[in-house]
Parts: sequence; C-alpha cells; structure tokens
Amino acid sequence: MTDIMNGFSYAIPEVMLAVGAMALLIAGVFFGDKSAKPISLAAVLLLAAALLAALFIEPKQGASLFGGAFRADAFATFAKIIIYAAGAFAILMSDRYLAGEKLGRFEYPVLIVLATFGMSLMASANDLISLYMGIETHSLALYILAAFNRDSRRSTEAGLKYFVLGALSSGMLLYGASLIYGFAGSTSFQEIARVASASGADAGLIVGLVFLISGLAFKVSAAPFHMWAPDVYEGAPTPVTAFFASAPKIAGMALFVRALVAPFPDIIDQWRPVIAAIAIASMLIGAFSAIAQTNIKRLMAYSSIGHMGYALIGLAAGTKEGVSAVLIYMAIYVVMTIGTFACILLMRRRGGLTENISDLAGLSRTNGPMGLVVTILFFSLAGVPVTAGFFGKWFVFVAAVNAHMVWLAVVGAVISVISAYYYLRVVWIMWFNDPAPAFERGTAPALGFTAALCAVLIFPILVMPPFIGALIVAAQNAAAALF
Amino acid sequence: MTAAATGFSWLSAITFLPLLGALLIGLARLGANPDENGVLEPKEQQRIDNTARQVALLFTLLVFGVSVWIFFALYDPAQPGFQLIEQIEWLGGGVSYKMGVDGISILFVLLTTFVMPICILASWKSINKRVGDYMIAFLVMETLILGVFCALDLFLFYFFFEGSLIPMFLIIGVWGSAGTKEFAGFTMPSRVYAAVKFFLYTLLGSVLLLVAMAWIYFKAGTTDIPTLQQFAFPAHAQTWLWLAFFASFAVKVPMWPVHTWLPDAHVQAPTAGSVVLASILLKMGGYGFLRFSLPMFPIASAEFAPLIFALSIMAIIYTSLVALAQEDMKKLIAYSSVAHMGLVTMGIFTATPQGVEGALFQMLSHGFISGALFLCVGVLYDRMHTREIAAFGGLVHRMPFYAFLFLFFTMGNVGLPGVSGFVGEFLTLAGAFKYNTWIAFFATTGVILSAAYALRLYRKVMYGELTKTNLMAIPDVDQRELVMLGVLMAFALYLGVNPSPALSVFAPASDHLIQNYNAALTAFAGGAQ
Repeated sequence: MTDIMNGFSYAIPEVMLAVGAMALLIAGVFFGDKSAKPISLAAVLLLAAALLAALFIEPKQGASLFGGAFRADAFATFAKIIIYAAGAFAILMSDRYLAGEKLGRFEYPVLIVLATFGMSLMASANDLISLYMGIETHSLALYILAAFNRDSRRSTEAGLKYFVLGALSSGMLLYGASLIYGFAGSTSFQEIARVASASGADAGLIVGLVFLISGLAFKVSAAPFHMWAPDVYEGAPTPVTAFFASAPKIAGMALFVRALVAPFPDIIDQWRPVIAAIAIASMLIGAFSAIAQTNIKRLMAYSSIGHMGYALIGLAAGTKEGVSAVLIYMAIYVVMTIGTFACILLMRRRGGLTENISDLAGLSRTNGPMGLVVTILFFSLAGVPVTAGFFGKWFVFVAAVNAHMVWLAVVGAVISVISAYYYLRVVWIMWFNDPAPAFERGTAPALGFTAALCAVLIFPILVMPPFIGALIVAAQNAAAALF
Repeated sequence: MTAAATGFSWLSAITFLPLLGALLIGLARLGANPDENGVLEPKEQQRIDNTARQVALLFTLLVFGVSVWIFFALYDPAQPGFQLIEQIEWLGGGVSYKMGVDGISILFVLLTTFVMPICILASWKSINKRVGDYMIAFLVMETLILGVFCALDLFLFYFFFEGSLIPMFLIIGVWGSAGTKEFAGFTMPSRVYAAVKFFLYTLLGSVLLLVAMAWIYFKAGTTDIPTLQQFAFPAHAQTWLWLAFFASFAVKVPMWPVHTWLPDAHVQAPTAGSVVLASILLKMGGYGFLRFSLPMFPIASAEFAPLIFALSIMAIIYTSLVALAQEDMKKLIAYSSVAHMGLVTMGIFTATPQGVEGALFQMLSHGFISGALFLCVGVLYDRMHTREIAAFGGLVHRMPFYAFLFLFFTMGNVGLPGVSGFVGEFLTLAGAFKYNTWIAFFATTGVILSAAYALRLYRKVMYGELTKTNLMAIPDVDQRELVMLGVLMAFALYLGVNPSPALSVFAPASDHLIQNYNAALTAFAGGAQ
C-alpha cells in the first residue's frame, strides 16, 4: 500500500490533470456556459501547475509505477513539459475564435485537459495496455474537439472522419499488440525486450510489430497513414487544428520512440527499414502534396506530415543521438507550429477568419510585425539556417550519419529543398505580391503575444548558445533515460 | 593556437554591429502610426525613410572604420595562422561559436565592410519604396557575410553561408525590376522567378554540404576548422566529401554549368543587390574552396583538379562568348563575372603560390571592378530606366566624367596593366603555366575575349553620334555617384600599381596552405607505394 502511495508521487502531474479536469467539468455543469472563461483560465493554470510539478518531481534514475505500466523518467518529463505547454497555449489561443464563432462552451478547456492527460499517459506508457489506454484517452477527447463546431458541416465531417479512421488504426494497433503479447507472453516492455532478444526476430513478433508501427504512424500522421490529416486539419476549428498539430504530435512521437526503443532494441534491424521507409514516404508526400495547396491549414497538414518524416529519421537511427534528435526536432517543431497557427488565427477580416494563402499577399507591407513573424516561422519550417528549424534538421541528419545511414540523410536533405519551395512560396506571397486588404488589428492580444513569443524563440533565442545548449542537454538526458 | 589576447571580441563586434543598426531601424518605425493598411502619412514616411538611410550609412561606415582599425592595430600580417580568435560553447560536443581571421579571410572582411557603405549610397535615391526594410535587409546581410568570412567553425560557417540567402532573396524579390516571365505554364514577375531560382539553386547545392558536414562531425567529432585542417581524412572519403563541398561552392562561385541562376539574379536585383552579389557573395564560393576543399581534402583536390580546370576554361571561354552576344548590360557583366571567377577557380586548384595568391587577388580586384561596373550600369538605369545596350549610344558627348569612369572600369575588367584586374589575371595565368601550358593557353584566350565584349559594350553605349532624343538631356554623374565610383577607382588603381600590400597579407596564409597541401600529397604518395 505504501508502495502505491510512493508511486503516486511520481504521477502527480497526471493525478492533478485527471482530478482537475473532473473538478472543472463539475464546475462547468454547475455554472453553465457563462463560466467558460473562468474555466478556461483555470485549465491554463492547471496545466501550468502540472508543468511545474513535472519539472520538480522528476526522479533522477527514473521510476516504474503501477507494476511497471507507467514510467516516470527524464524522457517522459521532456515530452510532458512540451505537451502541457502546448495544451495551455491551445486554450489561450482559442479564446478569440470561440467568442467569434459563439462556441464559448465550458467543455472545450475540459476536453483539452483530458486530452493532455491522455498524452501524458502516452509519454509515460511502458506497457502495451497503458500505451493503448493513453492513446484512447487522448483520441476520444480529440474526436470531440474536431467536431466541436457541431453546426458546421466541415467540422462534423472532420470529427467523423477522424473518428472512423482513428478507430481503424486503434484496431490495427490492438491487433499488433495482441500478437506481440501472444509471442512474448507479457505486455510489459521490459519483458518483451527480454523475450525478443532471447528468441530473436520471430515472425509473429515482427507481424505484430508492423501492426503496432502502423497504428502509431497513424497517430503521428506519418505516411502512408496520413490521409486523415489534411481533411481533419482543414475541417476542425482552427484553434483545435493548432492543438492537433502540436501536443498530440509530440505525445505520439514520444510513444513511438519508447514503444520501439524500449521493447525492441535488439531487433532494430527488423524495424529500422520500416521506419526509414515511413520517414521517406512522409517527407516526400509532405513536400510534393503541399506544393499545390491553396488553403493554409491544409498546407500546414502536409507540412506536419513532412516534419514527422524528418523526426522519424532520428528514430530510424535508433541510437541515443537519434532519440535526442527526435526530441530536439519535436520541441522546435511544436514552437514553430504554435506560432504559425497563432498567425493563422490572426488572419481575420471583417469578423471572419480567412484561410487562403493568397490572403497573405503583401502582408509584410500591410502588417509589418506579423509579416516578420510569419517569415521567421516559415524559414524555420523550411529548415533554413539562422533559424532554429535548421538545428532540428542538423541533429536528425547527424544521428542518421552516426547510425551509418548517410543515404537517409541525403534523401532527407534533398527533399528539404523541394519542401523549401512551398514555404518560400508563402514568404514570397507575403513580400513580393501586391497587398490584399489588411487583417483586423488588435482584436486578440493573446494570439499576437503567442505568435511573437514563438517567433522570438525560433530566432534568435533558440539559436543563441546558452538556450540551444540547454535544450540539447535536456534532450540528451531524456534520451539517455531510454538506454 | 594563439588565444585572443585583446580581451574584446572585435570580430563579433563588427559582425553583429550591422544587426544592431537593423534593430534600430526597426525600432524607429515603432513610434509611427500607420493606417489600417499599414500606410503612413507621406511626410512621416519620408522622415522614417531618411532615418533608415542615415542609420544604415552610419553603421556600415562605423563597421568599416572598426574593421580598418582592427586590420592595422590588431592584425599581424606576418603570422600564417588564425588570429583574433574567440570561442564560445554553442551546441556542445565540438560545435562551438568560434571566430577568427587569417591572411585569406581578413581582406575579404575589409572588402565586405568597404563595399557595404557604397551599396547604401548607391541605393540612396534609387530605392524609394520600403526603404526601412531594404536597409534592414542590407545590414542583416552584412552581418551574415562577415560571419561567413570570420567563422572558424564549419557549422557556424554553414549557418551564415546559408543564412545569407534570406536577405538576398528578399532584396531581389521585393526591390527587383519589373517584367514578367513565363515559366512552366505560369506567368510570374521575373524578379520572383529570379529570386526563387537563386534561393533553390543555392540551397540544393548546399544541402549536400550539410550532409557532408554531418559526416565530418561524426568522424572527427568536431567542426572546428583549425582541427579539421589537421585531420587526415581517408582518401576514399575525401572524394565524396570533396564532391559535396564542390556542389555547394561551385553553385556559389558560380562555375559553368551551374551558373545560370547568376544572370537572372543580377538582371533582376536592384543595383546595390548586384554589387553585393558580384563583389562579395560570389567570393564566398572561392573562399570556401580555399578554406575547406584544398586544406581538408588535398588528395581529392589534386585528383579533381583537372575537372576544375576543364570547367574553369569552359567558364572563361564559353561565358565570354555568351557575354559577347548580350543585349542587356547587366547580363553582359554577369557573364563576364562568371568568366572572371573561372580564372579564380583555376588559380586556386593549381595550388601554386602564384595561382592561389592570384586567385585571392583576382577576387579582391573583381570585388572592386565588377561592383563598380554594376554601379555604372545603375547610373544609366537610374536615369533612363533601361539596361538595353541598344537604348544608348554617344553618351560620351553628354557624360564626360561618366565616360572616363566607365572606361577605367571597363579596362580594369579587361585586365589592363596598371589596374588591379591585370595583377590577378597575370598571377593566375602564371600559376596555370606552371601547372600545365595548355590550360594557361586556353585561359589566355578568355582574356582576349574579355577585351572583345567589354570594348563592344563600351563602344555601343558611349561612342557614336548621340542620336536618341531622350538621351539629349541626360545628366552626368552627380557628387554621390562620383564619390562611390571614385573610391572604387582609387582602390583598383592603387592595387594595380602596387599590389604588394595585399599580396603580402595573402602570402603567409597561402604559403602555409600550399605547404600543408604538398605535404599531404607527398605523404599520400609515400603511403601508396
């Protein structure tokens, strides 16, 4: 009993989120939709408190809880901090939008907190069952969020599409998990690792692993399981899209990394080619499909597919450097994505949001600061030096080269030039084209603040020695926890 | 390795000073009250534009002053190694922020700081829209270029090298000239086409360098340039690494056949953009060959030297012939730049003292002369808004001062003795003769061709009867233009008559380089036997 109580101390952030979400729900039911604003604020504070708790209770050596199903270590903490921050920003950023669309319902922040709770479990999952629980907890919340604008046909379509395809992928994942369990005789990652290294690459295990990878690839929208992303990104309410593109991606990627590196380190030769193939397919689809997009949310969907491809290069390396590269990449990716979506949410004319890339025309003239922010973020998304996005690419390439996969780095590098084209197109539309009517100004200070903060983080803060150094050290410590 | 004894990071100071200027220009706009479309009152706009111009000029002059002071007071030209070194931990694990200069880079630093105020002056009147953004772009570019020449860490070098694409991309695309271009079924403004081509072309060349850099980091455990220059890469690896570096620098120089972005970029860029491109940005490619290819991969450099010579000779002869057929003045000078840079790459890979020093000198001199030629075209463009050779003729009657200056730089371009262009050409050719007579023979024909296209340009634009009515009232160069061109002329003339000050700065570093290069080749040959 005392053991369980001790164990709980390492799960304080999760406990806080779960209990807090329920408390907020009860409060919301009690006070109705007029309490949406205070509940949003409370949810942000709750996430901030969970973030601080995660920072301070991190066990030095890592600790296994609940019979090994839940692992609290530096790796999980790294992911959780970003997840909580992304969740908090998602709530902050949605304020103006929800008010404009008359969607100010108290369920919204509660759902986001519940989703972050699920993601938090994903980051710590150390067992096939807790892995599935984490995924389902966050997915169910996300399905509802996608359809949150329930009177909008696009939004409900997005929610339904996401739900059906998500259920399919969960099915594949479960099927894979059951096969793995059947061959390993345990759901614990450590136990699976022991069996896998003893029995080698068993056919049943491999089939199970491939299904598991398919399910996980769906969750991070990596090709060939990416089809849902553009439609859901486009259809979902924009602040929800911002959330989809940030927190679940890092949670999914953290789970992806742990679910391959912890139980299957000895059969890396079996899964490495699969991951490399997924990485290349994602980068290619991200690069080529984005070229023809006219809707900026769809563009960002393909962009995120491509970025998942780059992050997966680090996983394909499968080394400590590789894992830390994935974490660095994802951290920078989340900052860029939140900043970009804050800008997309600022594309507001006569009270309505616009989503066309052509609406950005001449932005650098009509709204200089916003033009500068988008320029910094897009050059960073393209991975051009002087921005932090370049560091992400550098570390995954170094990891690939270290793992004797120079070819993968070359493929990634060449595709990055192709994808640079469509990022560049957005920049040139903003700088070179004749101005479109200006966007409304000063309607949403929280969005402006978020966008500016992200841009300043990307350049120059995360480029300067002490800050990027600190990020690298944190990522290295996090990666070391898995090895 | 000598540590920085000066105590103050002078190189970082001059590198980041322009950025401070850019920040100030940005801040100057904060007080303004634009309407909802971001447009200011004309008077207020004027005031802010003037502030931007003045701040930009002030900062570039300040940087120039400080860099000259560094050169005379702190820099020791006798020493072959790196000086004024400063180092800060950056990414950890062997990648650091490390700056320093040697005989190869210090004069490029000075060239950059010298050309930049001229660029600001050249844009004083001709740039009227979005002046603040323009000046910010130039100041940011100065920071990035100085970073390239001062970086003593390969990663840092790449960081600045690639970063310099961003401001140049914007300069070409925003302030480029009018006109449209058909491309792949789309009609787009040709400045956009040129800007995107410039960006993607250079980026494609450079990403392979990025992967090579990752590999080097993996093998050597560091990206510290002085360490890497001592690191003996295995011969088979050198081949691939050399090719990856070559892809990047060849596009930047640019060498035939990857030069096609340059004429487009030059034609579309505003005058000052062309000047920066020709005077400084192209030099980053040659600098890269000297800083990395030759010292780090000597075996591969020797192996691939014939390839370089073949491409250089193609560049010298073929692009000179192409220049002969141009109807656009800027395009003509752009092609002549490719030809002149062909001499540079040829000189570098002869790996003889004459060749390398000649290449360095040629780059320096080309920085003055081609920059000045683009300014000369800019003078005409500002007045007539065309660059067509056919639109001019007989200008000597109306613009005597201009005719004199233009003639001087045309002669410099041809390589007339007494002008700095001659020294560079002569030394590179001498180096080539040492290496192989035929190479030198073909390269020399290029010199003759350069006289042909340069003199054709001069004759068509300046001589003949002044028949075109719109040219009757064309004014001669004003004071501002006289200052810009006069200063450049003074330097080209001084270095042409007395090249030894520059050569004596180059010599220790280039001798050191060639010594190590030959030692590495001897060691390899010894090992192979």
